[in-house]
Amino acid sequence: MEKNFVNVNIDGTEYKVEAGLNVLEACRSVGVEIPFFCYHPNLKVAGSCRMCLVVTGMPARDRATGKPVLNPDGSPVIAFSPKPTISCGTKVAEGMHVITDSALVRSCREGVLEFLLLNHPLDCPICDKAGECKLQEYAHTFGKADSRYVEAKNVKPKKVEFAGKIFIDAERCILCSRCIRFAKEVVGRDIFGFIKRGSKTEIAVYSDTDTNYLINAADICPVGAITEKAFRFKMRTWFLKVTKGISSESSAGVNTRVWSRNGVIYRITPRENPEVNGPWMSDTGRYEYVESGEKIACAQIDSSPCDSSYAADRCVEIMKLGGVAVVANGSQTLEEMFMLKKLSDACAAKVYMASHTGSDDGFLVSADRKPNTRGAFVTGLISEYPKADLSDLLGEVNSGAVKTIICFGEDLAKLGFDSAALKKANVVYVGREACETSREAKICVPVSGVFEKSGMWINRQFRLQKFEAAVSAPSGMMFESEFISLILRSLTGGSFQTPSIGEIRARMEAEIPCLAGCSKVGDGGMPIDGSKYSGEPFPEKPAFMFGKEEK
Amino acid sequence: MSSISFCLLAFSWDSVLGVLLWIVAAIVVLALVMTFAALSVVAERKVCAFIQGRYGPNRTAIPLVAAIPMVGNFLKRNGLMQLVADGAKFLLKEDPLPEHVNKFWYMLAPVMSLSPVLIAACVIPLGVYWSGGEAFPLSAANLDVSLVFALAVSSLGVYGAIMAGWSSNSKFSYHGAIRASAQTVSYELSMWLAVLPVVMFTALDSDNPLNLFEIANAQSGSAWFVLSQPVSALVFLVALFAETNRLPFDMAESETDLVSGYHTEYGSFKFGLFFVGEYGHVAVGSAIFATLFLGAWNPLPWTEWPEAWGWISSVLACLTFLLKIAAMIFFFIWVRWSVPRFRYDQVMSLGWKGLVPLGMLNLVAYMAVSALAY
Amino acid sequence: MAIVVERKKLTLWEKTYIPQTIGGLWITIKNFFRPAVTLEYPDQYPVIPDGYRGSPALVKDSEGREKCVSCQLCEFVCPSKAIRVVPGAIDPSSPYSHIEKAPKEFYINMFRCIYCGMCEEACPEKAIVLQKEFSLNVDSRDKMVRDKKALYELGGVEPDKIMKWKRVKDAAELEESK
Repeated sequence: MEKNFVNVNIDGTEYKVEAGLNVLEACRSVGVEIPFFCYHPNLKVAGSCRMCLVVTGMPARDRATGKPVLNPDGSPVIAFSPKPTISCGTKVAEGMHVITDSALVRSCREGVLEFLLLNHPLDCPICDKAGECKLQEYAHTFGKADSRYVEAKNVKPKKVEFAGKIFIDAERCILCSRCIRFAKEVVGRDIFGFIKRGSKTEIAVYSDTDTNYLINAADICPVGAITEKAFRFKMRTWFLKVTKGISSESSAGVNTRVWSRNGVIYRITPRENPEVNGPWMSDTGRYEYVESGEKIACAQIDSSPCDSSYAADRCVEIMKLGGVAVVANGSQTLEEMFMLKKLSDACAAKVYMASHTGSDDGFLVSADRKPNTRGAFVTGLISEYPKADLSDLLGEVNSGAVKTIICFGEDLAKLGFDSAALKKANVVYVGREACETSREAKICVPVSGVFEKSGMWINRQFRLQKFEAAVSAPSGMMFESEFISLILRSLTGGSFQTPSIGEIRARMEAEIPCLAGCSKVGDGGMPIDGSKYSGEPFPEKPAFMFGKEEK
Repeated sequence: MSSISFCLLAFSWDSVLGVLLWIVAAIVVLALVMTFAALSVVAERKVCAFIQGRYGPNRTAIPLVAAIPMVGNFLKRNGLMQLVADGAKFLLKEDPLPEHVNKFWYMLAPVMSLSPVLIAACVIPLGVYWSGGEAFPLSAANLDVSLVFALAVSSLGVYGAIMAGWSSNSKFSYHGAIRASAQTVSYELSMWLAVLPVVMFTALDSDNPLNLFEIANAQSGSAWFVLSQPVSALVFLVALFAETNRLPFDMAESETDLVSGYHTEYGSFKFGLFFVGEYGHVAVGSAIFATLFLGAWNPLPWTEWPEAWGWISSVLACLTFLLKIAAMIFFFIWVRWSVPRFRYDQVMSLGWKGLVPLGMLNLVAYMAVSALAY
Repeated sequence: MAIVVERKKLTLWEKTYIPQTIGGLWITIKNFFRPAVTLEYPDQYPVIPDGYRGSPALVKDSEGREKCVSCQLCEFVCPSKAIRVVPGAIDPSSPYSHIEKAPKEFYINMFRCIYCGMCEEACPEKAIVLQKEFSLNVDSRDKMVRDKKALYELGGVEPDKIMKWKRVKDAAELEESK
């Protein structure tokens, strides 16, 4: 689609900006920042905060003739509006003049800010928003050092817990209505609302209106009025290191920011990607970092601890006996799957995989609860959509055709295997979480968890997305790709070094045509050609940016 | 003294007693020098502390001794127990023998540094006693040429520095040794030039003018030589500072540019010997200066302890002499903490261009005076 | 540019070094008889002036309320990374639950601390104050990492002049009574 451009003069400089944008976005697109609170690019314009006031003007036309009025030097006379206008609610037009920085505009902003701060409790030291709070930032830029307000501040409800997920502090609220609009427009029903009138207006919630996207309200809140309960008083934001991640919750492949400090993850927030998740993410996806189950501390052979490389050697010995089956996992990265394909080819092992499905909410939690099922297709690990259990493999084990199972992070006990079946074959468990299978396994090798490794996944849109390690794994932990290449080297008698992520990506590019360019994929991901697999029975329903127009 | 050869030739109980007496006398002198050296160490630290507005060592306490009322606190506050601690430290520390040194000379050097001082001390008359109307010196050995002996032997101390510097096989030590020897050569000359007028004056009424006792006697009841020969005294004093390697002439040690000079490579007890040797040198030098110029044991110029008081006079004479040594040591320390170190070229030019011509002129002048007086 | 300093021409008398030496001796002997200025430290303690930057500690107000709200600004500003704060919420049953936040733990590593006082300067609640303590003696390295309890013991009470949080509570109670 060809874009239309209009000529706009911003602060005396001529720019070509996209037609149809509002003045605020047009200014941002050319690098002129206008402060704002209530405007949000993904929500409708409310125009309630008045922070983005600018002066606009159009070339004057003679009322009688309709001809442009010109200055003596031939330039058009600009008829500026007598009062400033909100830039978020004004569309750009050809020939428009915008003044974003004048004494009038500055005094408007200072006045707006002074009013916003009148009843603000100024409790930044105990506010979790501090450090990423728009009000704090603008108070530094436009605020006065002291207050002229001598009256008592309004008292409103504080620390109101809602749905066990967020805390609402009405005193901090600047009534921007972002959360109200978010609930109405994105979630699709009213959750938040204003009660009372005038300066007593408060933000409030309707009861029993929980949604799996509630915490997005905390993200979009420009101040500390809505804060996330799980992150409440955990750590100040400025200490946290942000790593780009991908949510492993489902095949939606929500882009995330993983916030960590000193190897501890404190929270996960959405990372804006207009092609995938916009600025939103599900609440359930935010708590993937919470350490739930028991972790495998060190490699074990028959439940006795040993060195990881020794366990790998024993694993090779078992595999040389033949009858090997591999249980792949939809959470493995593309690189690991690629290496695993090499391994299964080398030992003629059949690859099994189990599908994990759940209900599809039609938004950012899809039915396929594994982030990389499509990656298994692309790397050739599987050729048809996996079943929900491993009854085929169980049959092979019982018939004695399969003697060794190399299982990557799947709990076989939950997929139809009983204790006897687990004992019948030699099970090699490779994973981070301890489970029934890892305890029963002949050999158990711990590998880096999902936040401890880098890799790529292919989401439901056949979009290749990469993520980075947020924290480092405990010492002694191997990467899964490292373990696979270790075994592969011993099995094939090769002498290659353990390949780095970059080397694996380079080989994938060379060997799999549709992954061309994958080593240079950016933060936004890269769509790949998945038309080959369009006949597969993928369970995902149409959703946001997936077979459905934007909500 | 003929009695030494006499006792070697013929055995008799008298001569045995005489030898024993000499041994006792030698031990007394040795103890005296060592005591002065030790107390000088404490005095050095205390005097420098007082000059710098500090207290100096006043913490070290030997458990039981410090508990004695009054005395314990006195010893502690005055740093006398620090002395014991220092000594114990020198004795008990690991005694390193570096791999790269010339072992024999390295071991010999500290001994060579200390022993000449102790030997020279033997001929210094500490006092006077009278027997049968004749005055005798209180000294371990009364040589006819005791002045020559004392100055010559104490100058041998520089051999210790040269040995140490050469055998240490280290640049710093070597430079220190070179400086020490050059300095000794330069100042030995002016020292002798300063001594000769004294000898000449003594020779006016004595037939044994190279004897320290005679020189001392020459000042009894008359003017001290410091008064009659101030220039000689000044030249001798400056040369003495240089000879003893004391500031402002401690070029051989010069820790600002040579780490620690000729004894850089030494530690523990060997270093202790150098250390004591330096202070022994100061004590003996002070004694020689007191004998030559400060009227030896005489209380004031133109006075003397009366012979009639017998042994009381002897004791007083002795005390007077020790007091003069103590005062001289104080002066040495006082100068050290007042005057900065000379540069090496300044040391040389002061020696050769200043003191030697001055000493020569002085000598010529007094030669003329004594020729007239004769 | 080289600057040539004209030296004073010395007279013959001055060239002998004698006047300077005697002058020096005179100065040192005068000093010799002056009293020592040394402070015999462990026996005599120095007078610590107000505003001295000794070890930092946490203080309580005159009601015994812990002033710190664990905003972690001290931790942020600390140039030697000596401070570690574990923030936490105040128990709802506490009379100070309206303050919401208080440190769960507070560590200052006194080995790392450089006594710069930036924590005191950064603190919005005047909760961390540099004390007059300057001599820290411990018998194990762990004890140099002071925890919250030790810090409050050291800091003691520092009256709150502004009473910000009390006014917040009073306003809330007034609103409720209406």
